[in-house]
Amino acid sequence: MHNTYYSWGNFPPASQQIYPLRWRNKQLALPEPSLTVLPFGLGRSYGDVCLNDGGALLLTRELNRFIHFDNDNGLLRCEAGVSLAEILALGVPQGWFLPVTPGTQFVTVGGAIANDVHGKNHHCAGTFGRHVVQFELLRSDGERLLCSPTSNEQYYAATIGGLGLTGLITWAEIQLKRIYHRAMQMEAIKFANLEEFFEVSAQSDQYYDYTMAWVDCNSSGTELGRGIFFRGNHVKEEEIPKQWQLPLLNRLPPGLRTMPIHLPNFALNRWTVAAFNSFYYKRQKSKNINQLVDYEPFFYPLDAILEWKRLYGKRGFLQYQFVVPYTDHRVITEILQTIAQSGLSSFLAVLKTFGDLVSPGILSFPRPGVTLALDFPIKGAHTFELLERLDNMVSEAQGVVYPCKDARLSAHHFQIYYPQWHELAKYLDPRFSSSFWRRVTAK
Amino acid sequence: MRKMLIIGATSAIAQATAKLFAQQGDALFLVGRDADKLEAIAADLKVRGAAKVVYITLDLNEFAQHADLIEQAYTRLEGLDTVLIAHGVLDNQITGQQDYAKAEQTLRTNFLSVVSLLTLIANRLEKQHYGCIAVISSVAGDRGRQSNYIYGSAKGALSIFLQGLRNRLHSANVCVLTIKPGFVDTPMTVDFKKGLLWAKPETIAQGIYRAIQKRKNTVYLPWFWWFIMFIIRNIPEFIFKRMKL
Ligand SMILES: Cc1cc2nc3c(=O)[nH]c(=O)nc-3n(C[C@H](O)[C@H](O)[C@H](O)COP(=O)(O)OP(=O)(O)OC[C@H]3O[C@@H](n4cnc5c(N)ncnc54)[C@H](O)[C@@H]3O)c2cc1C
Ligand SMILES: NC(=O)c1ccc[n+]([C@@H]2O[C@H](COP(=O)([O-])OP(=O)(O)OC[C@H]3O[C@@H](n4cnc5c(N)ncnc54)[C@H](OP(=O)(O)O)[C@@H]3O)[C@@H](O)[C@H]2O)c1
Repeated sequence: MHNTYYSWGNFPPASQQIYPLRWRNKQLALPEPSLTVLPFGLGRSYGDVCLNDGGALLLTRELNRFIHFDNDNGLLRCEAGVSLAEILALGVPQGWFLPVTPGTQFVTVGGAIANDVHGKNHHCAGTFGRHVVQFELLRSDGERLLCSPTSNEQYYAATIGGLGLTGLITWAEIQLKRIYHRAMQMEAIKFANLEEFFEVSAQSDQYYDYTMAWVDCNSSGTELGRGIFFRGNHVKEEEIPKQWQLPLLNRLPPGLRTMPIHLPNFALNRWTVAAFNSFYYKRQKSKNINQLVDYEPFFYPLDAILEWKRLYGKRGFLQYQFVVPYTDHRVITEILQTIAQSGLSSFLAVLKTFGDLVSPGILSFPRPGVTLALDFPIKGAHTFELLERLDNMVSEAQGVVYPCKDARLSAHHFQIYYPQWHELAKYLDPRFSSSFWRRVTAK
Repeated sequence: MRKMLIIGATSAIAQATAKLFAQQGDALFLVGRDADKLEAIAADLKVRGAAKVVYITLDLNEFAQHADLIEQAYTRLEGLDTVLIAHGVLDNQITGQQDYAKAEQTLRTNFLSVVSLLTLIANRLEKQHYGCIAVISSVAGDRGRQSNYIYGSAKGALSIFLQGLRNRLHSANVCVLTIKPGFVDTPMTVDFKKGLLWAKPETIAQGIYRAIQKRKNTVYLPWFWWFIMFIIRNIPEFIFKRMKL
């Protein structure tokens, strides 16, 4: 069956055959040899790492069974199509949380491994891949490789962050993290500029497991780089307020669900975005908000508006995320200036410092430095030109761009960012390919 | 805690339903014909909280084995109070039209095997004076249409059988639930073009779970199929026979 599947950014469109997978222990049904295949989880990648135009997609979402859960040690083995939301639904009531989670819980374990995703705790936990104890890789010739840091190590390193190109991950074993309650102790702090951001960030990373900031990318001049810094911890055993202690972990005390700040739903043009940005920033009157919130709004504010991307309309949007080594904030300042001047402003800009815990994947994106993620509604050639300009700035600063968010990177820039792509190429499955890979490895 | 027998446990709808009962800590006995699939399902249900999961493999067209199957379920679960029958095949209508042997196969799997199983199950539940029998029939059994009347007649016969059984077992305090799903996106229907009327197995499972809890008689799933079938059933035959359905 032919079908149009989109990634999260609604761009680019791609047409491919669809193969739903249902059983991890059965042979892989493949299309005719002329067609390549690519695993597709929940399609939460923004660009085309999860698309395979003219080929076939292996839909993994029905591979959503748990296999084993060692409740004493938090070791979970599950099929690769299980979503992080499903893991939380199982784990949280028993006191176990994801070791690392991206900004949405609607991603699959396979997708989280293949993009080696990161979360707000990168500075103390590293990437998702670091917590993957082992997994099974099914190759198109039927071979099944058990991969871990000590078995088929090369395939382990190639598949983590391997963009689905080394074969199908059928199941994985993940080390979960102990928690005592579903609530989070969280603080929101206003900062006036980038200098302040780096100050707060440096203080916070030591004491808070989760940190990130929202940055206003419409302001310029002295207000450039103003924003709100969020930091938080899972509540500790002794901090759980009395009235919450009884029904334990999974009961939501009244009022806990709301976030202090909500995202509005209005159409996005330059003016509304600007209005939104200053609204968002001004809304927070005091310098500091400190309160308990449930983990869901804390980690997944956007999941509450499931289809928020529709705000961007049919044309779709691009996301651009990069990391640059942290020496000073000159590069970030210049990039923010470039964006503010372009008027192609983005809705969300998220700023965070990455720690120095090594990512296990050959092609993993996270590395020590500062990362910024921005959305751009597609407004024709202007948008693409701007991002090309940003690529020049990022590559000059020895930074890299995140493939999982990308839909337009040139082969030239990709190969500057990831010279190790040749190394990954050795472990690719000959039947697997993606729209992204064909684009960025083109001569 | 329920002691539940699920026949045709590898069906997509049955799997989704089993998850809901597992989360309640019920004990489950699964029957299917593929051990690899059953192994994967059983492990999942255990993690989700089932008190116990046991499975056996059996081709349900081996009627001679049915008595043993029911016996084993009783022994392994130490009793039985809930049964879900979900197996079925949707064979090609044209092939069945041309070859009676094929049509007979459809009738055996979708109707006769269920009758054989229900005869054994009903007699035991009737004696013990409690229990619930849920069987997946189909909206296709509500009226014969040229595009799938062989499958439809098997399901239609099944629905009537269940009606009679419900009537009989009512006084024994045993409920009989007829489940009539509309279009569901499962392996049975992979080759169909999906549209607005299509539901996910998880949605159907929720409906089955609730109907069993509430000891309902017949449910259309999702609910709007009740409405669609009401109309379909009431089109006069002289018009209906001219329609391309
Ligand atoms: C609102 C939002 C917030 C986000 N926040 C973050 C964030 O904070 N940090 C971050 O790192 N990312 C973030 N992301 C991106 C998201 O975490 C990744 O794109 C993730 O990989 C998506 O998983 P998926 O299951 O949807 O996979 P898909 O997008 O469907 O696929 C992603 C890749 O995984 C491969 N793949 C999927 N399953 C398998 C398998 N079984 N075997 C082998 N390969 C497989 C695919 O081929 C593809 O290359 C965010 C996305 C959204 C929409
Ligand atoms: N999908 C729909 O649109 C729809 C609509 C109305 C009603 N229904 C009914 O819903 C029920 C479940 O179907 P489904 O949609 O979940 O499809 P499914 O996943 O294909 O399930 C059908 C199941 O029946 C099993 N089965 C068939 N013949 C068998 C035999 N001889 N012995 C043992 N098992 C046998 C199959 O086993 P294997 O896994 O080993 O093949 C499979 O698990 C069926 O009764 C079907 O008629 C479906």
